Amino acid sequence: MSFAGPANFRRSAARALADEPLQRELARFSQGFQVRRVEAASRLPEFEALRDRARDIKNHCLAHLDFYLERYEENCRAAGGEVHWCATAEDARQAILAICRRLGAKTMAKGKSMVSEEIGLNEFLAEEGVRAVETDLGEYILQLRGESPSHIVAPAIHVATEQWTEAFRAAHTDRPADRSLSDGSEIMAEARAVLREQFLGADVGLTGANFLIAETGSSVIFTNEGNGDLSQTLPRAHIVIAGIEKVIPTLEDLSVFMRVLPRSATGQELTVYTTLSTGPRRPEDLDGPEEYHVVLLDNGRADMLGGEFQDMLRCIRCAACMNACPVYKQIGGHAYGWVYPGPMGAVLTPGLRGVEEAGHLPNASTFCGKCEEVCPVRIPLPRMMRHWREREFARRLLPARFRYGLGLWAFFAARPALYRPFAALAARVLGSRKRWRRLPLAGGWTGTRDFPASEGRSFMSLWRAGRRR
Amino acid sequence: MASETGKPPRTVALFATCLADLVRPSVAFASARLLEAAGCRVEAPAAQTCCGQPAYNSGDRKHAAQIARKTVRAFRGYEWIVVPSGSCAGMLRCHYADLLGGEDEGFGERVWELTSFLVDVCGFQDVRARWPMTAVYHDSCAGLRELGVKDQPRALLAMVEGLELAELPDAEVCCGFGGTFCVKYPDISTAMVRDKTAAVTSTGAGALLAGDLGCLMNMAGRLSREGSPVEVRHVAEVLAGMTDEVPPL
Repeated sequence: MSFAGPANFRRSAARALADEPLQRELARFSQGFQVRRVEAASRLPEFEALRDRARDIKNHCLAHLDFYLERYEENCRAAGGEVHWCATAEDARQAILAICRRLGAKTMAKGKSMVSEEIGLNEFLAEEGVRAVETDLGEYILQLRGESPSHIVAPAIHVATEQWTEAFRAAHTDRPADRSLSDGSEIMAEARAVLREQFLGADVGLTGANFLIAETGSSVIFTNEGNGDLSQTLPRAHIVIAGIEKVIPTLEDLSVFMRVLPRSATGQELTVYTTLSTGPRRPEDLDGPEEYHVVLLDNGRADMLGGEFQDMLRCIRCAACMNACPVYKQIGGHAYGWVYPGPMGAVLTPGLRGVEEAGHLPNASTFCGKCEEVCPVRIPLPRMMRHWREREFARRLLPARFRYGLGLWAFFAARPALYRPFAALAARVLGSRKRWRRLPLAGGWTGTRDFPASEGRSFMSLWRAGRRR
Repeated sequence: MASETGKPPRTVALFATCLADLVRPSVAFASARLLEAAGCRVEAPAAQTCCGQPAYNSGDRKHAAQIARKTVRAFRGYEWIVVPSGSCAGMLRCHYADLLGGEDEGFGERVWELTSFLVDVCGFQDVRARWPMTAVYHDSCAGLRELGVKDQPRALLAMVEGLELAELPDAEVCCGFGGTFCVKYPDISTAMVRDKTAAVTSTGAGALLAGDLGCLMNMAGRLSREGSPVEVRHVAEVLAGMTDEVPPL
C-alpha cells in the first residue's frame, strides 16, 4: 500500500471532518466499542492482572525472539508445514506468488489480514493474474468500494448502511434488482451466499495470525464470522502471513491473550471462533488443506528490537487504542494514510516506513494518554510518540520557523532574569483587551477560538512587588 | 501561622506555571490562599519560568533538559512543591526523572498538583467559599492519567456553599488543547473542543471548571467564540472564594 505524506494528512483530516456520513459513523462507533470494553473488563476481576501477564509474556518473547521463532519453525515443520522467512514486503509477495504459481492457483480466498494490507498483496497478485477475494464482511465491502481499511479490527467502520446497500446492488447484478437490502441481516445473508461460492471455488486460502504458538507450531486466529475457517479449510493450500512479533511460547500463554484481546477489542468475552491450525490435513482428518505455509514477515520489525521502540512490538492489534483515541474519533482511519491508523499506527508506521515519511503521525496527538490507559499490553504509546518527535527534531525535519521559535522561547525560559520582564510585558499587551479574536502568529488558535485576555500584570511581577492575595 | 495539630507549618513552594504567570495570576494567588488556609507557608521562588513541556513534547530534549535543570535548581531545598496544573505537575513529577536521569535529585516526589496536595497531603476540609452556581468539572488528561487527580477537586468543590456540581458527559475525554497540538492541527483541535463545548452546553450548567489553564483557555476561547454564557474558571479560584473578585476567563 502506498503512503500518503504530511500534507495529505492535513487535507484528508480536513476532508474527514467535513464528511457528515463519516462523522455519524465515527460518533456511533466511538460509543460502542469503548463502552463494551469497559463493561467486559469490569466483569472479569483479574482483567488488570491479566494485562500485566500479557505484557510480561510479550516482553519475554521479544527478549528471546530468535529462540521462540526457531522453536516455532521447528514445530511447524514437524507438523508438515512450511515456513518462509521474509525480510521485506517484496520477499513476502514473491513467496506467496511462488506458492500460487506452483499450484496453478488463479483465485485466493482471504481471511482478514492487516499484514497482507501492509505488503499490498491484493494489488500485486491481481497484476500477476491471481484474483484475491476478501471474505471478511468488512474487507469484502471495501474491496467492492475500492477502499482500504480504516480500522484494524472493524475495517469498514466508516461505511454507512446505505453505502453497503449501494455497493451490493452495483456488484451483485445477477440478483433481483428489486430485492430488499435495507438492514444488516439482509446484507449479511447476501454476502454469505456470494462468498460461499468464493470459498468453494478458491485455489488457495490466506489468513493472518493473531498468534503463533512456539511449542506446537500452530497459528491462531480470533474471528467472528467463520470466514477465516472456511478460507483455510476448503482450498488446497492454506497460507498464513504473520509478522515475526506474533510468536508466543505456549498454549497456556494463549489462554491469557484469549481473555485479554477480545475484551479489549470489541468487549466480547471471546470471539465467536478461536481457530488453531497446525500443519496441513492429516490422513485421518475429514477436511483441511493439502499444504500449509507460513510467511513470516520482518519488514522493519527486527530494527525496532533492542531500542526505544521495542515495546511497540508487544502490540496484539486489538485496536483498543484507536477505539479510545479522541483524534481518531474525529478523523477516522484513512487520514493516517497507511495501513495502521490511530495511536498504534502513529508509533508503528514511522518504525516501518521511516520517520521522514511518517513523522507527522506521532505529532497528531494531544498526549491525552487514553491509548496507554486501555492498551491491554500496556504499551507506553505517548512516550513512544514523543521518542519519534525527538528523532524528527534531531534530524531537523520540523519547519525552520518552528525550530527557531522554540529555540528562542527556550533561551528565555532557561534564563529567569530575562524571562521575567519579557513575561511582564507580554502580560500587559495581552491584557489590553477583554478578549482576542485575532492574534499574530496564532491564527491556528484564533481562527476558531477567542484567546482569553491576560489580567494585565504577570504573577511574578505582582508577587515580587509584595502582593500576596 | 501554626497548623491546628500544633506542628510547625509546612513551607510550600508554589510553581505558578507560565500560563498563570502570563494570563491569569488569580489562579496562583488563589492557590496561595488555599495553601495558607491549609496551614502552609507559601513561597514563590523567583527563578521559576515554565516547566519545559513545549520543548519536551516537541522532541527538543536538550532545551527541555536545560529548563528542567533550571527548575530543579530554583526549587532546591523545598520539601513541598505545589502546582495549580495537572499537566505541569505531571511534567515535573513524572518526566523530569526521564529528562535528567540521576540529576533530578528526587525532585519528582516532592511535586504535587494543587487539589491533590490539599486533599491527599493536608487533609484540607476548610473550604470557605460561597458560589451559588451549577457547574461541571472537566478532568484534564495529565492530571487524571499521570497523577490520578479525579476525586480530589470534586471533594473540595462539594464544600463550596451554594455550588451544585453536575456530571459532565465524557468529562475524561481530551478537550483538544494538547499544547502545540492546538496550533499544529487546528482543525482537529477545534473539532475536539467543539464536542467538549457541546457536552458542556447539554448539561445546562452555568459554569465549567477544570484544574489546568491550557485546557481552560481552549474551552473558554471556544465557548466565547460560540457566544456561550457559560463561565469558565480554574477550580482554585472557586475554592478560594475569588469568584466575586475576578471575572471568568
